[in-house]
Amino acid sequence: MKNSRPQAANYFPRDRAWHPQAYAPGYKSSVLRAPQRPLIAFANTLSETTGPAFGHDMIGQLDNDLTLNFAQPGMSAIGERIVVQGRVMDERGQPVPNVLLEFWQANAGGRYRHKKDIYLAPLDPNFGGCGRTVTGDDGAYAFRTVRPGPYPWPNGPNDWRPAHIHISVFGQAFAQRLITQMYFEGDPLIPRCPIVKTINDPAAIDKLVARLDMESSAPMDSLTYRFDIILRGSRSTLFENRLEGN
Amino acid sequence: MTNVTPTPLYPFKESPSQTAGPYVHIGLTPNFCGIEGVYDQDLGIAMVTDKTRGERITVEGRVFDGSGTPLKDVLVEIWQADADGLYNSPAEPRGTADPAFTGWGRCAADQTTGHFRFETIKPGRVPFSDGRLQAPHISIWIVARGINLGLNTRIYFEDEAEANATDPVFERFEHQDRVTTLLAKGGNGTYSHDIHLQGPQETVFFDI
Ligand SMILES: [Fe+2]
Repeated sequence: MKNSRPQAANYFPRDRAWHPQAYAPGYKSSVLRAPQRPLIAFANTLSETTGPAFGHDMIGQLDNDLTLNFAQPGMSAIGERIVVQGRVMDERGQPVPNVLLEFWQANAGGRYRHKKDIYLAPLDPNFGGCGRTVTGDDGAYAFRTVRPGPYPWPNGPNDWRPAHIHISVFGQAFAQRLITQMYFEGDPLIPRCPIVKTINDPAAIDKLVARLDMESSAPMDSLTYRFDIILRGSRSTLFENRLEGN
Repeated sequence: MTNVTPTPLYPFKESPSQTAGPYVHIGLTPNFCGIEGVYDQDLGIAMVTDKTRGERITVEGRVFDGSGTPLKDVLVEIWQADADGLYNSPAEPRGTADPAFTGWGRCAADQTTGHFRFETIKPGRVPFSDGRLQAPHISIWIVARGINLGLNTRIYFEDEAEANATDPVFERFEHQDRVTTLLAKGGNGTYSHDIHLQGPQETVFFDI
Protein backbone atom coordinates (compact mmCIF):
# COMPACT_ATOMS: atom_id res chain seq x y z
CA MET A 1 0.00 0.00 0.00
CA LYS A 2 2.68 2.45 1.01
CA ASN A 3 4.57 2.49 -2.23
CA SER A 4 1.81 1.63 -4.67
CA ARG A 5 1.65 3.91 -7.64
CA PRO A 6 -1.30 6.20 -7.02
CA GLN A 7 -4.11 6.41 -9.56
CA ALA A 8 -4.50 10.10 -8.91
CA ALA A 9 -6.80 12.04 -11.18
CA ASN A 10 -5.26 15.09 -12.72
CA TYR A 11 -7.50 18.09 -12.34
CA PHE A 12 -7.47 20.66 -15.09
CA PRO A 13 -5.36 23.55 -13.83
CA ARG A 14 -7.22 26.52 -12.43
CA ASP A 15 -7.46 29.36 -14.93
CA ARG A 16 -6.22 32.14 -12.72
CA ALA A 17 -7.00 34.81 -15.30
CA TRP A 18 -10.65 33.72 -15.18
CA HIS A 19 -10.84 33.74 -11.41
CA PRO A 20 -10.65 37.04 -9.52
CA GLN A 21 -7.20 38.45 -9.06
CA ALA A 22 -5.73 37.99 -5.58
CA TYR A 23 -4.45 41.56 -5.53
CA ALA A 24 -7.35 43.79 -6.58
CA PRO A 25 -6.83 47.26 -5.07
CA GLY A 26 -10.40 48.34 -5.85
CA TYR A 27 -11.31 45.87 -3.11
CA LYS A 28 -9.23 47.31 -0.33
CA SER A 29 -9.20 44.25 1.93
CA SER A 30 -7.29 42.33 -0.72
CA VAL A 31 -4.29 44.64 -0.65
CA LEU A 32 -2.64 43.24 2.49
CA ARG A 33 -4.10 39.75 2.09
CA ALA A 34 -2.92 38.84 -1.40
CA PRO A 35 0.18 36.64 -1.58
CA GLN A 36 2.87 38.37 -3.59
CA ARG A 37 5.17 35.53 -4.48
CA PRO A 38 4.36 33.10 -7.25
CA LEU A 39 2.29 30.05 -6.38
CA ILE A 40 4.20 26.78 -6.65
CA ALA A 41 2.60 24.11 -8.84
CA PHE A 42 3.03 20.36 -8.75
CA ALA A 43 1.16 17.40 -10.18
CA ASN A 44 -1.87 16.36 -8.16
CA THR A 45 -1.32 13.73 -5.51
CA LEU A 46 -3.92 11.90 -3.47
CA SER A 47 -3.75 14.77 -1.01
CA GLU A 48 -5.45 16.92 -3.64
CA THR A 49 -7.60 14.37 -5.47
CA THR A 50 -9.35 13.01 -2.40
CA GLY A 51 -11.73 14.97 -0.24
CA PRO A 52 -14.26 14.58 2.56
CA ALA A 53 -17.73 13.23 1.82
CA PHE A 54 -20.96 14.26 3.54
CA GLY A 55 -23.99 12.03 3.45
CA HIS A 56 -27.60 12.93 2.79
CA ASP A 57 -28.40 11.61 6.26
CA MET A 58 -26.54 14.56 7.76
CA ILE A 59 -29.03 17.02 6.29
CA GLY A 60 -31.99 18.02 8.44
CA GLN A 61 -35.42 18.48 6.96
CA LEU A 62 -35.33 22.29 7.06
CA ASP A 63 -31.63 22.73 6.32
CA ASN A 64 -32.37 23.85 2.76
CA ASP A 65 -35.22 26.19 3.69
CA LEU A 66 -33.87 29.47 5.04
CA THR A 67 -37.39 30.86 5.32
CA LEU A 68 -38.14 28.33 8.05
CA ASN A 69 -34.94 26.92 9.53
CA PHE A 70 -34.48 29.74 12.05
CA ALA A 71 -38.12 30.79 12.34
CA GLN A 72 -40.38 30.38 15.34
CA PRO A 73 -43.02 27.67 14.88
CA GLY A 74 -45.68 28.96 12.52
CA MET A 75 -43.55 31.90 11.42
CA SER A 76 -41.31 32.48 8.42
CA ALA A 77 -38.73 34.98 7.25
CA ILE A 78 -39.82 38.31 5.78
CA GLY A 79 -39.02 39.00 2.16
CA GLU A 80 -39.50 37.96 -1.41
CA ARG A 81 -39.76 34.17 -1.38
CA ILE A 82 -37.46 32.50 -3.88
CA VAL A 83 -36.15 29.07 -4.75
CA VAL A 84 -32.61 28.74 -6.07
CA GLN A 85 -31.96 25.61 -8.03
CA GLY A 86 -29.41 24.26 -10.41
CA ARG A 87 -26.83 21.58 -10.93
CA VAL A 88 -23.29 21.06 -9.82
CA MET A 89 -21.21 19.82 -12.73
CA ASP A 90 -17.55 19.60 -13.54
CA GLU A 91 -15.77 21.25 -16.46
CA ARG A 92 -16.59 18.27 -18.65
CA GLY A 93 -20.27 18.63 -17.95
CA GLN A 94 -20.40 15.56 -15.70
CA PRO A 95 -22.78 15.89 -12.77
CA VAL A 96 -21.12 16.01 -9.38
CA PRO A 97 -23.39 13.97 -7.10
CA ASN A 98 -23.47 13.79 -3.31
CA VAL A 99 -21.49 16.92 -2.53
CA LEU A 100 -22.25 19.39 0.22
CA LEU A 101 -23.37 22.93 -0.58
CA GLU A 102 -23.58 25.56 2.15
CA PHE A 103 -25.26 28.96 1.72
CA TRP A 104 -25.30 32.17 3.68
CA GLN A 105 -26.78 35.57 3.07
CA ALA A 106 -28.14 38.82 4.46
CA ASN A 107 -31.85 39.12 5.19
CA ALA A 108 -34.31 40.91 2.91
CA GLY A 109 -33.17 44.25 4.31
CA GLY A 110 -29.50 43.60 3.64
CA ARG A 111 -28.53 42.83 7.25
CA TYR A 112 -26.49 39.83 8.38
CA ARG A 113 -27.05 38.06 11.67
CA HIS A 114 -23.43 38.65 12.71
CA LYS A 115 -21.96 40.80 15.42
CA LYS A 116 -19.64 42.48 12.92
CA ASP A 117 -22.55 43.74 10.85
CA ILE A 118 -23.71 47.11 12.15
CA TYR A 119 -25.84 48.21 9.19
CA LEU A 120 -28.94 50.05 10.36
CA ALA A 121 -31.38 47.74 8.57
CA PRO A 122 -33.05 45.54 11.21
CA LEU A 123 -32.54 41.87 11.89
CA ASP A 124 -35.45 39.62 11.08
CA PRO A 125 -36.18 37.53 14.19
CA ASN A 126 -37.23 34.65 11.95
CA PHE A 127 -34.20 34.63 9.67
CA GLY A 128 -30.81 33.13 10.53
CA GLY A 129 -29.19 33.27 7.10
CA CYS A 130 -27.60 29.83 6.68
CA GLY A 131 -28.64 26.73 4.79
CA ARG A 132 -27.18 23.59 3.28
CA THR A 133 -27.97 20.65 1.06
CA VAL A 134 -26.30 17.69 -0.67
CA THR A 135 -26.54 17.26 -4.45
CA GLY A 136 -28.55 14.40 -5.90
CA ASP A 137 -27.31 11.69 -8.24
CA ASP A 138 -27.71 14.10 -11.16
CA GLY A 139 -25.83 16.88 -9.37
CA ALA A 140 -29.08 18.80 -8.80
CA TYR A 141 -29.73 20.94 -5.77
CA ALA A 142 -32.35 23.40 -4.57
CA PHE A 143 -33.00 25.61 -1.59
CA ARG A 144 -35.69 28.06 -0.55
CA THR A 145 -34.92 31.45 0.91
CA VAL A 146 -35.83 35.11 0.72
CA ARG A 147 -34.11 37.35 -1.76
CA PRO A 148 -31.32 39.11 0.17
CA GLY A 149 -31.18 42.89 0.18
CA PRO A 150 -28.24 44.90 -1.13
CA TYR A 151 -26.14 46.53 1.55
CA PRO A 152 -23.57 49.29 1.93
CA TRP A 153 -20.07 48.37 3.08
CA PRO A 154 -16.95 50.26 4.08
CA ASN A 155 -14.66 50.23 1.06
CA GLY A 156 -15.07 53.29 -1.13
CA PRO A 157 -17.14 56.23 0.10
CA ASN A 158 -20.41 54.78 -1.23
CA ASP A 159 -20.00 51.14 -2.15
CA TRP A 160 -22.95 48.77 -2.11
CA ARG A 161 -22.99 45.04 -2.57
CA PRO A 162 -25.49 43.79 -5.12
CA ALA A 163 -27.96 41.28 -3.71
CA HIS A 164 -26.02 38.04 -3.40
CA ILE A 165 -25.92 34.63 -1.78
CA HIS A 166 -22.60 33.15 -0.67
CA ILE A 167 -22.17 29.52 -1.71
CA SER A 168 -19.56 27.04 -0.49
CA VAL A 169 -19.09 23.86 -2.51
CA PHE A 170 -17.22 20.64 -1.83
CA GLY A 171 -16.36 18.47 -4.78
CA GLN A 172 -15.03 14.95 -4.68
CA ALA A 173 -11.52 16.30 -4.25
CA PHE A 174 -9.95 18.89 -1.98
CA ALA A 175 -8.60 20.49 -5.18
CA GLN A 176 -12.18 21.32 -6.17
CA ARG A 177 -13.02 23.22 -2.99
CA LEU A 178 -14.70 26.50 -3.91
CA ILE A 179 -16.52 29.45 -2.42
CA THR A 180 -18.34 31.87 -4.66
CA GLN A 181 -21.27 34.27 -4.69
CA MET A 182 -24.47 34.18 -6.69
CA TYR A 183 -25.97 37.41 -8.03
CA PHE A 184 -29.41 38.14 -9.48
CA GLU A 185 -30.18 38.85 -13.12
CA GLY A 186 -30.81 42.52 -13.81
CA ASP A 187 -29.29 43.95 -10.63
CA PRO A 188 -27.79 47.37 -11.53
CA LEU A 189 -25.34 47.10 -8.62
CA ILE A 190 -23.48 44.15 -10.18
CA PRO A 191 -21.27 46.15 -12.57
CA ARG A 192 -20.63 48.74 -9.84
CA CYS A 193 -19.38 46.31 -7.18
CA PRO A 194 -15.67 46.33 -6.31
CA ILE A 195 -15.83 42.66 -5.27
CA VAL A 196 -17.48 41.63 -8.53
CA LYS A 197 -14.82 43.68 -10.33
CA THR A 198 -12.02 41.58 -8.83
CA ILE A 199 -13.00 39.36 -11.79
CA ASN A 200 -11.68 40.83 -15.03
CA ASP A 201 -13.56 38.82 -17.63
CA PRO A 202 -17.21 39.89 -18.19
CA ALA A 203 -17.99 36.35 -19.34
CA ALA A 204 -16.81 35.05 -15.98
CA ILE A 205 -18.95 37.56 -14.08
CA ASP A 206 -21.93 36.48 -16.16
CA LYS A 207 -21.49 32.91 -14.88
CA LEU A 208 -22.24 34.15 -11.36
CA VAL A 209 -25.56 35.72 -12.31
CA ALA A 210 -28.61 33.55 -11.61
CA ARG A 211 -31.44 33.64 -14.15
CA LEU A 212 -35.11 33.98 -13.35
CA ASP A 213 -36.74 30.67 -14.29
CA MET A 214 -40.39 31.52 -14.74
CA GLU A 215 -41.38 28.00 -15.84
CA SER A 216 -40.12 26.51 -12.59
CA SER A 217 -41.60 29.21 -10.39
CA ALA A 218 -44.40 28.09 -8.11
CA PRO A 219 -47.58 30.15 -8.67
CA MET A 220 -48.69 32.07 -5.59
CA ASP A 221 -45.59 30.83 -3.73
CA SER A 222 -42.11 31.71 -4.94
CA LEU A 223 -40.02 32.74 -7.93
CA THR A 224 -37.27 30.38 -9.01
CA TYR A 225 -33.73 31.39 -9.93
CA ARG A 226 -31.48 29.04 -11.82
CA PHE A 227 -27.80 28.81 -10.90
CA ASP A 228 -25.46 26.09 -12.11
CA ILE A 229 -22.12 25.60 -10.42
CA ILE A 230 -19.10 24.26 -12.25
CA LEU A 231 -16.26 22.58 -10.40
CA ARG A 232 -12.86 21.68 -11.79
CA GLY A 233 -12.89 18.61 -14.01
CA SER A 234 -10.28 15.93 -14.28
CA ARG A 235 -8.89 13.85 -17.09
CA SER A 236 -10.14 10.68 -15.44
CA THR A 237 -13.63 11.85 -14.50
CA LEU A 238 -15.33 9.33 -16.78
CA PHE A 239 -13.16 6.50 -15.59
CA GLU A 240 -13.81 7.33 -11.97
CA ASN A 241 -17.55 7.50 -12.50
CA ARG A 242 -17.50 4.03 -14.02
CA LEU A 243 -15.52 2.68 -11.09
CA GLU A 244 -17.98 4.10 -8.62
CA GLY A 245 -20.87 2.55 -10.51
CA ASN A 246 -19.46 -0.97 -10.14
CA MET B 1 -16.84 8.95 -43.97
CA THR B 2 -19.20 10.06 -41.28
CA ASN B 3 -19.32 13.52 -39.94
CA VAL B 4 -18.26 13.57 -36.34
CA THR B 5 -19.03 16.60 -34.25
CA PRO B 6 -15.97 17.08 -32.12
CA THR B 7 -16.71 17.02 -28.42
CA PRO B 8 -14.75 19.63 -26.58
CA LEU B 9 -12.57 18.11 -23.90
CA TYR B 10 -13.30 20.97 -21.63
CA PRO B 11 -16.73 22.43 -22.44
CA PHE B 12 -17.28 24.41 -19.23
CA LYS B 13 -15.12 26.63 -17.12
CA GLU B 14 -14.95 26.44 -13.36
CA SER B 15 -17.30 28.87 -11.63
CA PRO B 16 -15.24 31.91 -10.71
CA SER B 17 -14.48 32.26 -7.02
CA GLN B 18 -15.57 35.19 -4.88
CA THR B 19 -14.35 36.10 -1.42
CA ALA B 20 -15.92 34.32 1.55
CA GLY B 21 -16.31 37.79 3.07
CA PRO B 22 -16.44 38.81 6.73
CA TYR B 23 -19.61 36.83 7.49
CA VAL B 24 -18.36 33.42 6.39
CA HIS B 25 -19.15 32.12 9.88
CA ILE B 26 -22.88 32.39 9.26
CA GLY B 27 -22.65 29.79 6.55
CA LEU B 28 -19.83 27.55 7.68
CA THR B 29 -19.77 27.79 11.49
CA PRO B 30 -23.18 29.20 12.45
CA ASN B 31 -23.07 27.92 16.04
CA PHE B 32 -19.68 29.61 16.48
CA CYS B 33 -21.23 32.97 15.60
CA GLY B 34 -24.34 32.57 17.71
CA ILE B 35 -26.78 31.19 15.16
CA GLU B 36 -27.91 28.23 17.20
CA GLY B 37 -30.62 25.70 16.59
CA VAL B 38 -30.28 25.42 12.83
CA TYR B 39 -27.60 22.69 12.85
CA ASP B 40 -26.82 20.46 15.84
CA GLN B 41 -23.17 21.41 15.67
CA ASP B 42 -20.72 23.06 13.33
CA LEU B 43 -19.07 20.75 10.81
CA GLY B 44 -15.43 19.84 11.15
CA ILE B 45 -15.00 20.60 14.83
CA ALA B 46 -14.19 17.00 15.79
CA MET B 47 -11.75 15.02 13.65
CA VAL B 48 -10.87 12.30 16.15
CA THR B 49 -12.64 10.07 18.64
CA ASP B 50 -11.12 7.93 21.37
CA LYS B 51 -11.00 5.10 18.82
CA THR B 52 -8.86 6.97 16.29
CA ARG B 53 -5.54 5.27 15.59
CA GLY B 54 -2.30 7.25 15.57
CA GLU B 55 -0.37 9.85 17.50
CA ARG B 56 -2.61 12.60 18.86
CA ILE B 57 -1.42 16.09 18.02
CA THR B 58 -2.68 19.63 18.27
CA VAL B 59 -1.81 22.19 15.65
CA GLU B 60 -2.37 25.83 16.48
CA GLY B 61 -1.51 28.97 14.58
CA ARG B 62 -2.50 32.28 13.14
CA VAL B 63 -2.71 33.82 9.69
CA PHE B 64 -0.99 37.21 9.32
CA ASP B 65 -1.58 39.93 6.75
CA GLY B 66 1.10 42.06 5.11
CA SER B 67 1.20 44.47 8.04
CA GLY B 68 1.86 41.66 10.51
CA THR B 69 -1.65 41.77 11.92
CA PRO B 70 -3.37 38.43 12.59
CA LEU B 71 -6.57 37.83 10.63
CA LYS B 72 -9.40 37.51 13.10
CA ASP B 73 -12.03 36.75 10.48
CA VAL B 74 -10.19 33.93 8.74
CA LEU B 75 -11.56 30.42 8.37
CA VAL B 76 -9.31 27.46 7.65
CA GLU B 77 -10.05 23.92 6.61
CA ILE B 78 -7.57 21.08 6.78
CA TRP B 79 -7.48 17.73 5.03
CA GLN B 80 -5.08 14.93 5.87
CA ALA B 81 -4.43 11.22 5.71
CA ASP B 82 -4.91 8.84 8.61
CA ALA B 83 -2.02 7.28 10.52
CA ASP B 84 -1.45 4.78 7.69
CA GLY B 85 -1.44 7.42 4.97
CA LEU B 86 -4.97 6.70 3.71
CA TYR B 87 -7.63 9.32 3.08
CA ASN B 88 -11.16 8.90 4.42
CA SER B 89 -12.65 9.65 1.02
CA PRO B 90 -14.65 7.88 -1.69
CA ALA B 91 -11.86 9.02 -4.04
CA GLU B 92 -9.22 7.05 -2.09
CA PRO B 93 -8.36 4.09 -4.35
CA ARG B 94 -5.84 2.30 -2.14
CA GLY B 95 -7.93 0.98 0.71
CA THR B 96 -10.21 1.94 3.56
CA ALA B 97 -9.04 4.59 5.95
CA ASP B 98 -9.56 4.51 9.71
CA PRO B 99 -13.33 5.00 10.07
CA ALA B 100 -12.73 6.75 13.38
CA PHE B 101 -10.84 9.57 11.69
CA THR B 102 -12.55 12.06 9.40
CA GLY B 103 -9.36 13.60 8.03
CA TRP B 104 -11.19 16.91 7.60
CA GLY B 105 -11.38 19.81 9.99
CA ARG B 106 -12.78 23.31 9.87
CA CYS B 107 -11.94 26.11 12.27
CA ALA B 108 -12.94 29.75 12.41
CA ALA B 109 -10.16 31.79 13.96
CA ASP B 110 -10.68 33.13 17.46
CA GLN B 111 -12.27 36.52 16.96
CA THR B 112 -10.06 38.16 19.57
CA THR B 113 -6.67 36.56 18.97
CA GLY B 114 -6.92 35.07 15.49
CA HIS B 115 -5.81 31.61 16.58
CA PHE B 116 -6.98 28.49 14.83
CA ARG B 117 -6.54 25.13 16.51
CA PHE B 118 -7.04 21.52 15.46
CA GLU B 119 -6.95 18.37 17.52
CA THR B 120 -5.95 15.64 15.13
CA ILE B 121 -3.32 12.94 14.56
CA LYS B 122 0.05 12.91 12.89
CA PRO B 123 -0.72 11.90 9.28
CA GLY B 124 0.93 8.93 7.63
CA ARG B 125 2.88 9.29 4.41
CA VAL B 126 1.17 9.57 1.04
CA PRO B 127 2.80 8.89 -2.33
CA PHE B 128 3.70 11.62 -4.79
CA SER B 129 2.59 11.33 -8.41
CA ASP B 130 5.73 9.34 -9.23
CA GLY B 131 5.23 6.88 -6.39
CA ARG B 132 7.85 8.28 -4.02
CA LEU B 133 6.59 9.00 -0.54
CA GLN B 134 5.88 12.54 0.51
CA ALA B 135 6.74 13.73 4.00
CA PRO B 136 3.81 13.77 6.45
CA HIS B 137 1.68 16.80 5.74
CA ILE B 138 -1.70 18.39 6.22
CA SER B 139 -3.36 20.30 3.38
CA ILE B 140 -4.87 23.64 4.36
CA TRP B 141 -7.35 25.88 2.60
CA ILE B 142 -7.72 29.46 3.78
CA VAL B 143 -10.63 31.79 3.12
CA ALA B 144 -11.47 35.24 4.47
CA ARG B 145 -12.54 38.73 3.59
CA GLY B 146 -9.97 40.07 1.13
CA ILE B 147 -9.01 36.60 -0.13
CA ASN B 148 -10.61 36.34 -3.54
CA LEU B 149 -9.76 32.71 -4.24
CA GLY B 150 -9.14 30.25 -1.39
CA LEU B 151 -5.44 29.79 -0.67
CA ASN B 152 -3.91 26.32 -0.68
CA THR B 153 -0.86 25.50 1.37
CA ARG B 154 0.41 22.63 3.51
CA ILE B 155 1.61 22.06 7.03
CA TYR B 156 4.67 19.83 7.38
CA PHE B 157 6.41 19.01 10.64
CA GLU B 158 9.76 20.35 11.73
CA ASP B 159 10.47 17.13 13.66
CA GLU B 160 10.18 14.97 10.51
CA ALA B 161 13.55 16.10 9.22
CA GLU B 162 14.44 12.84 7.52
CA ALA B 163 11.20 12.65 5.54
CA ASN B 164 11.27 16.36 4.81
CA ALA B 165 14.76 16.06 3.33
CA THR B 166 13.46 13.91 0.47
CA ASP B 167 9.98 15.34 0.04
CA PRO B 168 9.14 15.56 -3.69
CA VAL B 169 7.13 18.76 -3.30
CA PHE B 170 9.96 20.54 -1.52
CA GLU B 171 12.20 19.56 -4.42
CA ARG B 172 10.14 21.85 -6.62
CA PHE B 173 11.10 24.93 -4.65
CA GLU B 174 13.51 27.19 -6.47
CA HIS B 175 14.22 28.95 -3.19
CA GLN B 176 14.93 26.22 -0.64
CA ASP B 177 14.88 28.69 2.24
CA ARG B 178 11.11 28.86 1.78
CA VAL B 179 10.69 25.27 2.98
CA THR B 180 10.76 26.52 6.56
CA THR B 181 7.59 28.55 5.93
CA LEU B 182 5.71 25.23 5.80
CA LEU B 183 7.21 23.57 8.88
CA ALA B 184 5.11 23.45 12.03
CA LYS B 185 7.31 24.03 15.05
CA GLY B 186 7.24 21.94 18.16
CA GLY B 187 7.02 18.27 19.04
CA ASN B 188 5.62 15.88 21.61
CA GLY B 189 2.21 16.26 20.07
CA THR B 190 2.01 20.04 20.17
CA TYR B 191 2.76 22.13 17.12
CA SER B 192 2.41 25.75 16.20
CA HIS B 193 2.25 26.99 12.65
CA ASP B 194 1.80 30.58 11.55
CA ILE B 195 0.92 31.53 8.00
CA HIS B 196 2.07 34.80 6.47
CA LEU B 197 0.16 36.10 3.47
CA GLN B 198 2.88 38.60 2.55
CA GLY B 199 6.29 39.85 3.61
CA PRO B 200 9.74 38.36 4.07
CA GLN B 201 8.28 35.24 5.73
CA GLU B 202 5.53 34.79 3.14
CA THR B 203 4.24 31.23 3.30
CA VAL B 204 4.48 29.10 0.19
CA PHE B 205 1.07 28.78 -1.45
CA PHE B 206 0.35 26.14 -4.03
CA ASP B 207 -1.40 26.01 -7.37
CA ILE B 208 -2.74 22.50 -6.90
FE1 LIG C 1 -22.11 39.14 1.61
